[in-house]
Amino acid sequence: MAEIRLAGMVNRICAFDRRHFLSFLLISPALPLLVSVARGEDTVALSLTIKDRQFDPAELHAPPGRAIEIHVKNLNPIVSEFESSDLHLEKIIPVGKEAVIRVRPQQPGRYNFFDDFHRETQGVLVVP
Amino acid sequence: MLAALVIVFREVFEAGLIIGIVMAVTTGVAGRAAWISGGVTAGVLGACVVAVFTSGLSQLFGGTGQEVFNAGILGFAVLMLTWHNVWMSRHGRELMAELRAAGEAVVAGSKSLLALAIVVAVAVLREGSEVVLFLFGVAAAQGGGSWALVAGGFAGLLLGSLVCLLTYLGLLSIPSRYLFGVTSALIALLAAGMAAQAIAFLEQANIVTALDQTVWDTSWILRDSSFLGRALHTLIGYVDQPTAMQVVVYALTLSVIAMLMKLFAAPQTHRPRAA
Repeated sequence: MAEIRLAGMVNRICAFDRRHFLSFLLISPALPLLVSVARGEDTVALSLTIKDRQFDPAELHAPPGRAIEIHVKNLNPIVSEFESSDLHLEKIIPVGKEAVIRVRPQQPGRYNFFDDFHRETQGVLVVP
Repeated sequence: MLAALVIVFREVFEAGLIIGIVMAVTTGVAGRAAWISGGVTAGVLGACVVAVFTSGLSQLFGGTGQEVFNAGILGFAVLMLTWHNVWMSRHGRELMAELRAAGEAVVAGSKSLLALAIVVAVAVLREGSEVVLFLFGVAAAQGGGSWALVAGGFAGLLLGSLVCLLTYLGLLSIPSRYLFGVTSALIALLAAGMAAQAIAFLEQANIVTALDQTVWDTSWILRDSSFLGRALHTLIGYVDQPTAMQVVVYALTLSVIAMLMKLFAAPQTHRPRAA
């Protein structure tokens, strides 16, 4: 009896596998990337401050294909949210605090970032 | 005023979509109004608490407290959504039959309501804490609140609530025999999107670094920061440049939910239909 139930379960899972082959197809583009995981390059560290509603510096530079670490210090007397739609990041930075944000390796391009709570505060990361 | 409207609307909009879905999912279940409004209230209170402790929170875990916290509550919401779907795959049919037979007198489903109330609370908390921080930040900088700020915030809240109502009414217009299937799929996609979002936070915190290559770039078709992009991001987890890890976790979450629903599905019995 137990075997039959177990067999039934296995059958169900197998049937499930066939039907959800699509989801594995979805992952498959990522598989070659698995190989390149062990890169072990150093992270590029960048830093900037937010003061008088401006980024200083307002333009950052980083080499392509390397992970980036952005240190942001908020010297405004008001809370900020460091955000970038281009880089897919957002982080609240309380008054007087420094935040560290990791950015995945980027292709060459210009990536805007801004203070979401004060949109006039704009900056750009340039990857040559 | 416009900044307040935009920020409040954007956050309420995202929570509103989720609340709309939860309202549609729980249509006809007794006591759902209390559970959902309880979830909203808990979320608002939680948002205020989180906003007050933001400074302390962000200093935790070597400065990654916000990301860890966000990933944690998102993970919790994923578990609740999974549990709800599995529970419904087992009891959904009985529940529907009972609902038709007994009208309002249904106590079953309250366990599942707790799970969904938690999901609502998490959604409101996450979006709400940003609103609270922004509004209080501006009020503090101005040396007190202003009418423009209050008006903007209120207009944003009203517009966001409208989105919630439209989501709910839209889903309700689906014929009831399809509603169960549609909402199950929606909940599963919602959960998968949240799981991928949790990974994004862990990547930003430098906790998850494996598979951080961008798999595809569809930002030329639809940017995930656009209005439609944001809606799809909340609903199905759309991201215009996902990392490989996000895609893997998304697919894995969907697969696990589908598998659990299948394993725990109510056995097919040939019972006479309730008249």
